[in-house]
Amino acid sequence: MRLYWTVLTGGFRRHATYRVATAAGVFTNTVFGFILAFTYMALWDERPRLGGYELAEALAFVWLGQALLAASSLMGGGFEDELIERIKSGDIAVDLYRPADLQLWWFSANLGRAAFQLLGRGVVPMAVGALAFEMALPENPLTWPAFLLSVLLGVVVSFAVWYLVALSVFWVLDGAGVVQVAWLSGVFFSGMLLPLTVFPGALGEVARMLPWASMLQVPADVFLEKRTGWGLVGAYGFQAGWAVVLLAAGRALQAAATRRVVVQGG
Amino acid sequence: MAVEGLRAYGLIAVMWMRSTMTYRFSFAMTLLSNLTVNFFDFVVIMMMFGHVRGLGGFAFGEVAFLYGTTSTAFGLADLVMGQVSRVGRRVREGTFDTFLVRPVPVFAQVAADRFALRRLGRLMQGLLVLVWSLVVLESVEWTVLKAVMVPLMVVTGALIFGSVMTAGAAFQFWAQDGAEVANSFTYGGNTLLQYPPSIFAGELVRGVVYVVPLAFVNWVPALYVLGREAPAGLPSWASFASPLVAAVCVALAGLAWRVGVRSYRSTGS
Repeated sequence: MRLYWTVLTGGFRRHATYRVATAAGVFTNTVFGFILAFTYMALWDERPRLGGYELAEALAFVWLGQALLAASSLMGGGFEDELIERIKSGDIAVDLYRPADLQLWWFSANLGRAAFQLLGRGVVPMAVGALAFEMALPENPLTWPAFLLSVLLGVVVSFAVWYLVALSVFWVLDGAGVVQVAWLSGVFFSGMLLPLTVFPGALGEVARMLPWASMLQVPADVFLEKRTGWGLVGAYGFQAGWAVVLLAAGRALQAAATRRVVVQGG
Repeated sequence: MAVEGLRAYGLIAVMWMRSTMTYRFSFAMTLLSNLTVNFFDFVVIMMMFGHVRGLGGFAFGEVAFLYGTTSTAFGLADLVMGQVSRVGRRVREGTFDTFLVRPVPVFAQVAADRFALRRLGRLMQGLLVLVWSLVVLESVEWTVLKAVMVPLMVVTGALIFGSVMTAGAAFQFWAQDGAEVANSFTYGGNTLLQYPPSIFAGELVRGVVYVVPLAFVNWVPALYVLGREAPAGLPSWASFASPLVAAVCVALAGLAWRVGVRSYRSTGS
């Protein structure tokens, strides 16, 4: 376990060194937060309580999306680029030779990265949003830890999805297409562009059941105290369920890929 | 110099297209997903209009027109020179040197570096929405001038976006990890311009009119076409100022790029 803890803290520290990139990211998240917040205000002005949210809650949704964007890799940019590069170049053979589990290794590194991104790129946009707009905040202080647990589960699901995406490169060679499809799903089905409760009819029902819902929609609902008591348990269950299924799929794919590895040269 | 640059750009772009075509399946997928990625972005606006009749006093056709004009302009700029945003990475890794030693204009090399034909998807999607919006727009009384302004808007808009991309790239000679700052002006600007100015705070609108003149990509000329008032108290003649604004932007971006390249110091070691 100590090994993976070292990998985790290494992931945190490594991303903490990208100071300019973090500042640039905060700037971008804040700019997008403003643009989205104004479009939501126009929308909720016409239709108060759209999707079951008050305007203040919808605004919180906007800024939560910006705050979680990097931590939950809603648009990628997590560990997957590097893993894909290693698979393409064949360096993955070295990783497989190490006395560490491949999935756990990347899981730990990504958890460290996500923890840093939550602090580095999450806190400031949230604070700016809360200062510039009348945004709903949790009334019960216990909601904050409940929200953080939900974010953590969302990060795990996000990792599991991107791990599958990265491993697919063993078969499709150039991962750009798969990555883009995953990126599209992350943006659209997480609720970052529009809360999933605003999606119409069957599309909305399906979207709320997909794994991406656990990356933003569910944590946001926990934050807005829409899921309390048994509802909260249900929310965690939904997230954990997807995490287990997708992590197991990642394991299976990893086993299949390992059998496929052909080391070049040597 | 310019001819030489264009020729070099063409050669490098063709080279990268050939290389992409090696993985045909993946290319088809990226092109398709590129189209859908951007289409989903429009789906969001359609879903909004599933709940409301107007946004900021603008009807669906009008918002679609704003969306179509900015997305096409942005798609064009992104296809031709979106790759300039990679320059920070090159500077960081010290591989920018290879551009400097080749007897080919540096900017042409940077703009064509890893030319990605899949970006055609974004341009195609923008054009589709633009054409569709022209069909559903009811309130516009078309004149020759208005009809000419639509394609002109796309070209001048692409020049303005391209200038912002270049300026953003030049900025990366100092802030090597700063690509995202440029994104907030390019991608952020594109998102902003998809919606009517009436929904945004006055300072924000004035900012994109007078500071970073993104409003001239489509807001200013498009509002004229739609028969509405110019934003942020602009005089009426400003509706036709986009080409002039684009020219100034190109000149300033060119200057920023030169200063950036001059200040480049290779990595030590």
